[in-house]
Amino acid sequence: MATENTRGLARLMLAPSVVLLLVWMVVPLAMTLWFSFQNYNLLNPANVSWAGLFNYQYFYTDPAFFQSIWNTLLIVGGVLLITVVGGIAIALMLDQPMWGQGIVRIMIISPFFVMPPVAALIWKNMIMHPGYGVLADINRALGFQPVDWFAQYPLFSIIIIVAWQWLPFATLILLTALQSLDGEQVEAAEMDGAGAFSRFVYLTLPHLARAVTVVILIQTIFLLGVYAEILVTTNGGPGYASTNLPFLIYRTALLGYDVGGASAGGIIAVILANVVAIFLMRAVGKNLDK
Amino acid sequence: MARAVSNRRKTIATIVAWLVALIIFFPILYTVLTSLKTEPEAIQGFSLVPSFTLESYVTVHTQRDYFKPFMNSVVLSLGSTLLALLVAVPAAWSMAFSPTRRTKDILLWMLSTKMMPAVAVLVPIYLIFRDFGLLDTRIGLTIMLTLINLPIVVWMLYTYFREIPGEILEAARMDGASLWGEIVYVLTPMAVPGIASTMLLNIILAWNEAFWTIRLTTTNAAPLTAFITSFSSPQGLFWAKLSAASTLAIAPILIMGWFSQKQLVRGLTFGAVK
Repeated sequence: MATENTRGLARLMLAPSVVLLLVWMVVPLAMTLWFSFQNYNLLNPANVSWAGLFNYQYFYTDPAFFQSIWNTLLIVGGVLLITVVGGIAIALMLDQPMWGQGIVRIMIISPFFVMPPVAALIWKNMIMHPGYGVLADINRALGFQPVDWFAQYPLFSIIIIVAWQWLPFATLILLTALQSLDGEQVEAAEMDGAGAFSRFVYLTLPHLARAVTVVILIQTIFLLGVYAEILVTTNGGPGYASTNLPFLIYRTALLGYDVGGASAGGIIAVILANVVAIFLMRAVGKNLDK
Repeated sequence: MARAVSNRRKTIATIVAWLVALIIFFPILYTVLTSLKTEPEAIQGFSLVPSFTLESYVTVHTQRDYFKPFMNSVVLSLGSTLLALLVAVPAAWSMAFSPTRRTKDILLWMLSTKMMPAVAVLVPIYLIFRDFGLLDTRIGLTIMLTLINLPIVVWMLYTYFREIPGEILEAARMDGASLWGEIVYVLTPMAVPGIASTMLLNIILAWNEAFWTIRLTTTNAAPLTAFITSFSSPQGLFWAKLSAASTLAIAPILIMGWFSQKQLVRGLTFGAVK
């Protein structure tokens, strides 16, 4: 139907986006790959030489490496667990008739719009601070010792902060999905004597499957790259207790000036992201095709 | 009878929901309240009643020059959004109105560029920026934010454009409209709401981006994300000042966000959930 002319025009319109993204994807990645095989330190930039697999070996034998991968997965897993379960619960709650629903909704989605450094600093100083934080105030009022969250449970504290930021996202998407649930179906099930619990398990949950899939996919992309929250709270510590892979690479690159080592780490991060992406796509592919 | 039961249920739902909402919203609320306290007041222990002083706002503005990072945030988020739209509108348009066999592959490929971890290209981007003199410049960062959000912008526009019925185009063509007339008088008015929503979401994402904006700037081009990060090593009493700076940094986007709930779902799920 489309003529040669319009087809050519369509290609021309598409070209800038494709070219830009292609360059943006290929050039830096190729450079990272090249650097990862070089001895290249920014403190000694005149002395660059071929390193073979040394950088990978170095990164692999670094005791922080496995811990950082484990921490990365813990952050992704922990936040997903909290936001999906919490999101379903809050979405169900918001779906009930109530007074002031608009305001409740606005309050619940608000954390999503708070920029990561602000969110982390608010939690660090106003909520979790062992001296002046609200949680410390509560502990003292109840007669307990205040907890020094970032020293004792650094990773857990970061998971809480990140989960707080992403809970609204999960809630909003699950609520949107919930509201498209067929009311007549629910009524029919009710008439047939299905209790609230079995209605939830056999009707609501399957209906939400697609939305849950989308939530997991999109959040994973962002959660693999958690950075600012760690930078302003624990700075990766104590030790490497709250260092994830992005943070380890940042430390190697911009604090250690080790271009080669950081690039090897970067390639490992790409591989990890791809493994997760493939695994997720496969696990959820069927769900998305519906 | 049934009415009484449902009223009771509504009351319980209301109480539970408000309680949960207040707990989730509390950190933001407490920040706003603390920003209205004096410094000694801010660390005196839990209190929901500030003295409503604006001194922290004044201090943040005069001592730390809040205006510069704020303007940087405005310029970067608006600039990168407009630039992304400029590139993405034609692309989304052509894929929505003259799709080919490869359209779906191209869309998925664009999405996959979002999956590349930013940190993996930190070193090359840093070196490129250094060598081209782009470090700590608004231009460099605007280009960066444009590239990061481009896939989302294309996707979102595509889902909106696809909903514009093709028959309308054919009708216009039958009535003798030229291609130009078609675009200006028929399609544009129908595309404006979608473009506006996309713009809104992209401004929010660009405003809150906190990896490149922190790593590629120092002072000149530092937006609010980097400015607030500089508060992470406190000197002396700073709770109220931190709160004031934080409140100012999140207020504009928070308000924009409240008005764009629906678009947000659609934009962030790439049209998969509406």
